[in-house]
Amino acid sequence: MSLRELTEHAGEWLRGAGPHNEVVISSRIRLARNLAGYSFVNRATPRMQQEVLDRCRETITKQDMGDEVLWVELKNCPEVDRQLLVERHLISRNHAVVDKVPRAVAIGAQETFSIMVNEEDQLRIQVLRSGMQLGSAFDQVNRIDDALESKLDFAFSQQWGYLTACPTNVGTGIRVSVMLHLPALQLTGEIDKVRRAARDMHLAVRGLFGEGSEALGDLFQISNQTTLGRGEEEILADFERTIVPQIIAYETQARQALIKQRSSQLDDKIWRAWGLLTHARTMSTEEVLQLLSHLRLGVNLGRIDTVDIPTINDLFLSTQPAHLQKLTGSEMDQAARREARAKLIRRKLNRS
Amino acid sequence: MKRKCDHCEKPATHHSVEIIKGQKIEKHLCDTHASQEGLAIKTAHTPINELLTNFVKLHSGAATTTTEVSCDHCGLTFAEFREHSLMGCPNCYTAFKGPLSPLVERAQEGGTHHIGKVPHRVHGQESEVRQQKLLALRKRMGDAVTNEDYELAARLRDEVRRFEEDAS
Repeated sequence: MSLRELTEHAGEWLRGAGPHNEVVISSRIRLARNLAGYSFVNRATPRMQQEVLDRCRETITKQDMGDEVLWVELKNCPEVDRQLLVERHLISRNHAVVDKVPRAVAIGAQETFSIMVNEEDQLRIQVLRSGMQLGSAFDQVNRIDDALESKLDFAFSQQWGYLTACPTNVGTGIRVSVMLHLPALQLTGEIDKVRRAARDMHLAVRGLFGEGSEALGDLFQISNQTTLGRGEEEILADFERTIVPQIIAYETQARQALIKQRSSQLDDKIWRAWGLLTHARTMSTEEVLQLLSHLRLGVNLGRIDTVDIPTINDLFLSTQPAHLQKLTGSEMDQAARREARAKLIRRKLNRS
Repeated sequence: MKRKCDHCEKPATHHSVEIIKGQKIEKHLCDTHASQEGLAIKTAHTPINELLTNFVKLHSGAATTTTEVSCDHCGLTFAEFREHSLMGCPNCYTAFKGPLSPLVERAQEGGTHHIGKVPHRVHGQESEVRQQKLLALRKRMGDAVTNEDYELAARLRDEVRRFEEDAS
């Protein structure tokens, strides 16, 4: 398996097939781990960083991770490939930065999991699923953790739990997050209420690409911030029983309210999005995400049937800069990318 | 940046500021020189009122004196931690326990103790002692390589290996 093969299809998490996919785009669980007896990445000597990388590679590639594994050392990766991995949510933006730290990522062939080595923590194990599938995502990440732990000693203390470079991850080292599509809450201006409620519940609300990114395309990532003093199951249960069902209910109400009270404005937004996407000659990433968001809302509400959800999900990804360059096979400047993007969208939407 | 010992090339792990006859004297020493100078033992004679002030400061989360604390394994100071929010090594959690606890408690919704998954290989206190030992051994090994004492480095490497095999 190679990186090239990855670009040819959308990752599992973007299939748009999971439960509650009209609102929940994807579920993600990440565990932070460090090896016992080593300094953390930020303070380890280059020799130690390399030793940790070698030991992790040895274990990851030899133990059963539940799927074929592609091992990628990032310093050997061209910029566009590193960006591609970020766009596919297989590595963080920090991990794509080239510095003196030897960094790598192990990717499951089905793209349901990735393991970053020498990120902020030595191991960042994450599982990604489409729709609301936190339970099965947790089972999978737990199995991978067990397989790694059968060969590697993790830094752990009775009081603090799994020891991590940043104390905000210490304890379980778990980050549970869901990517939600909330266009109606955005259109009705209710989204700030959700943000406030989330903050009160000690949850983080971020944009499409995690920390510091804006909520482009009405996509919001909601994740836990507390990792110490609460068990994994408890955190998971909060998301499954309270947090996600409640936000889904709010978004659904807002969608129904739009249909009842603002149906012509709603349809205007949806059909304008369709018109622009099928006819425009240049498109920025931001504009595409916003238009795709309205189109997705229209399809989910049955107001438009000229396109299906998998096609829209695919466009969310394939119109990103690195994907676009991979697909066209050449590096492009921003102006060229905008043209190529508009062309790609027209081709995919007008094929019937 | 790691501060070096005033007397040798090793990282300074003991830091102190004393005012003697109006003169401010700063000292940055490694473990060896600190114990030679008696700095490491000095704390045993801390007068009771100072003990109390330290206690109060510790529990109010104030970090005025605690910024001088540093990790005896990786040399990270608490001030450096506060700047970057990153620990240097697993031992930092032990070294900074006093000043760190209130910060973590605040960040973690009052959480102070781990609840949840425990690695299969962990068996209580014993494994923590083991992890500390392993950390120390690897550090000595690194130092030996830096000092080009390859014989010692090889011996330590074997010791690390034996240590890890015992665990699995």
